Amino acid sequence: MNRRFAAAIALCLVAFSSQAQEKVLRVVPHSNLSILDPIWTTQFMARNHGYMIYDTLFGTDEKNRVQPQMVDKWTVSPDQRLWTFTLRPGLEFHDGKPVTGEDVTASIERWGKRDAMGQKLMTFVERMDSPAPNTFRIFLREACGIMLEALGKPSSNVPFVMPRRVAETPADRQIEEHIGSGPYIFKRDEFKPGDKAVYAKNTKYVPRKEAPSGTAGGKFVYVDRVEWNLALRDAQAQVNALAKGEIDILERPAFESYEQLKKADGVMLVNKDPLGFQYMGRFNHLHPPFNNAKVRQAAIAAMQQEPFLRAQVGVKELYKTCASMYTCGTPYASAKGSEVQSKSNMKKAQEMLKASGYDGTPVVILKPTDLAAIQKLPDVAAQLLRQAGFKVDLQAMDWNTVVSRRAKKDAPAQGGWNIFLTAWLAPDVWSPLTNAALGAAGEKSWFGWPSDAEIEKLRDQFARETDAAKRKAIAEAIQVRAFEVGTHAPLGEYVNPYAVRKNISGLVVGSGDTYWNVKKN
Amino acid sequence: MLRLTPGDPAAILAGDAASSEQIAAIRASLGLDRSLPVQFAIWLGNLLQGELGQSYFYKMQVTTLIGQRIEPTLALATLTILIAVVVSIPLGVIAAWRFGGWFDRALMGFSVIGFSVPVFVLAYILIWIVSLKLGWFPVQGYRRIADGFFPFLHHLILPAITLSVIYIALIARVTRASVLEALGEDYIRTARAKGLPEMRVLVRHALANAAVPIATVIGIGIAILIGGVVVTESVYAIPGLGRLTVDAVLARDFPTVQGVILFFSFVYVFVNLLIDLSYVFLDPRIRY
Repeated sequence: MNRRFAAAIALCLVAFSSQAQEKVLRVVPHSNLSILDPIWTTQFMARNHGYMIYDTLFGTDEKNRVQPQMVDKWTVSPDQRLWTFTLRPGLEFHDGKPVTGEDVTASIERWGKRDAMGQKLMTFVERMDSPAPNTFRIFLREACGIMLEALGKPSSNVPFVMPRRVAETPADRQIEEHIGSGPYIFKRDEFKPGDKAVYAKNTKYVPRKEAPSGTAGGKFVYVDRVEWNLALRDAQAQVNALAKGEIDILERPAFESYEQLKKADGVMLVNKDPLGFQYMGRFNHLHPPFNNAKVRQAAIAAMQQEPFLRAQVGVKELYKTCASMYTCGTPYASAKGSEVQSKSNMKKAQEMLKASGYDGTPVVILKPTDLAAIQKLPDVAAQLLRQAGFKVDLQAMDWNTVVSRRAKKDAPAQGGWNIFLTAWLAPDVWSPLTNAALGAAGEKSWFGWPSDAEIEKLRDQFARETDAAKRKAIAEAIQVRAFEVGTHAPLGEYVNPYAVRKNISGLVVGSGDTYWNVKKN
Repeated sequence: MLRLTPGDPAAILAGDAASSEQIAAIRASLGLDRSLPVQFAIWLGNLLQGELGQSYFYKMQVTTLIGQRIEPTLALATLTILIAVVVSIPLGVIAAWRFGGWFDRALMGFSVIGFSVPVFVLAYILIWIVSLKLGWFPVQGYRRIADGFFPFLHHLILPAITLSVIYIALIARVTRASVLEALGEDYIRTARAKGLPEMRVLVRHALANAAVPIATVIGIGIAILIGGVVVTESVYAIPGLGRLTVDAVLARDFPTVQGVILFFSFVYVFVNLLIDLSYVFLDPRIRY
């Protein structure tokens, strides 16, 4: 009896000690995780979930260069129409099955039906096959310059590789199985929507040898579990929890908490994403007054970046003006064409508006009241536009109503809109093809629906061009034209450092929220 | 009413960079392109088969979602009411007993403050003092009872205290008023004339006869707590039904909203039934 009792005690102790030794990284993500299919939606949380459990063919390093990830090597035929990729050895899905070329082609096919850049790439693709388990080939109708950029794109939708049976899910339906070959395994049984999502270390994952950088390089895992706390959404409660050590990482804390976090014991701020975000004001090109390019230009001239940044971010060291529609500090960034905004002032804007023939039609601005990251932008836009001579109707609503309203093509008086403001992660706007606001295919393009044949022609040229210098020139031409047409107003850039406990190290520099290489001491 | 607001779950689901075509396709896949009466008839048909439907966002059965959130909310409501009853009834009885004295006035003053201070203000003050300065309790989170009773209680006690303040104020006021009324009755004078100890007079005669309104307030409090602890759940990061409801409303997750509203309605009806039944035990004169 005594022996049995002692054995039971010993077992309990062993269980307790193994549990105690388990390293758990407790993260408060920037938003709630609701959708688990990163191909079906462009939501950032779904993308971040994707990075935990899936791997990618290519990644983008912190210097924005595309680097192989699952791919070992690749060749391109002299006419650049046949791309042959070899997968690196040791790739295995969480169910123990090896990753094959067939899994890859099925994944690319599904992604190509959802993602804007994927759709563009697929217009060039004639067919794909897998001649050997570790090889896949992409046959193109004609050469294009976006193959690696598309396969290595770091933000939504990321071409994650899924098992073929999962990737064969119709693109308009969400996947039911969440198995990848990435550094973490999703614990579906522990997922409680609105409460927590749990990821366990994938002990069989074979990282690349290179140092981690952005979404490229070795994905080394130094913790046993990562727990996303999805319930902790009150900004002050998040700061309190971090200060008390109840959580380890707080993604993108509110700017209002910045000074408090800087002074908090045991807490440090880490700017892991130096490229950060770009604010944007988007016009509805379908309805007056912004169906007139001259009125849009007057609005762009009035919407100087500094007031937006000062009001919304407020911390000087965290923001900067950027004349480019492409993220500043990235290859296509340029000031060309931006003079309408960067070299303008309110007097000029007033003159431009007078000359535009603006008839006093009220401008409906959508203002989200519950999204701290952008909720002050509409107030600034309203004030600046009023100063320029616009009549403004600022309408307050929750963010999800903004999301719904902006998709409506109705006239503003019938529930439509004239301007909404938003923020984009750097990779989402750093190229003419990823920047949704530069699409100008009329009603097929992103909300606002600008229509301009020249921009579309240039974007098509950009996709075809393989020479880097020429691509840069085309990107600049697109931007010049976009400012002329007034597709949207770039409103400056900002960074939003993570707040982390001081025993946390190794956060990988680059765009996005990834948790490999993170150490907890 | 929610259907009349401009929100579109398909646009929310699709994400920032979605095109209008993608949103339209999602709308069709969710059946939102059908007329409202048709959608309601489908929901009603499923309900008759015991199905509350599937959440648009989580792709989980609404019953499962509610099941996941019941424990935190029920635990918080129970502990809150427990604290409120244990504290407020004696306070109310003493205040009535010492009507007009300093204790009575202090309690009335406290109850005004208790009603007036917003829950989130009280929560932040308590967190600052009790959690951050003294380090007695965690600042956020919930532990399921299956994870152990001590962690469960340790995480729950501060939110329950926060939430109980308003109920202490409410129940204490009602108790005071009811007991005060009872203390003026002839049977109290008779009891005292018979030489019964004052404690027995207060508890056995005054409180017992004042129990019906007190039970009513407690019952209503439970019903309100089940569905209305959103602020407390937010500040303390408790994944309960209140947060689920708010999230579902904001996301226009219609099946979840309909499911939780139905559940809340059931709880209200059930609790009211229990209150009505309790009158029989509290006051033998009542017959149904």
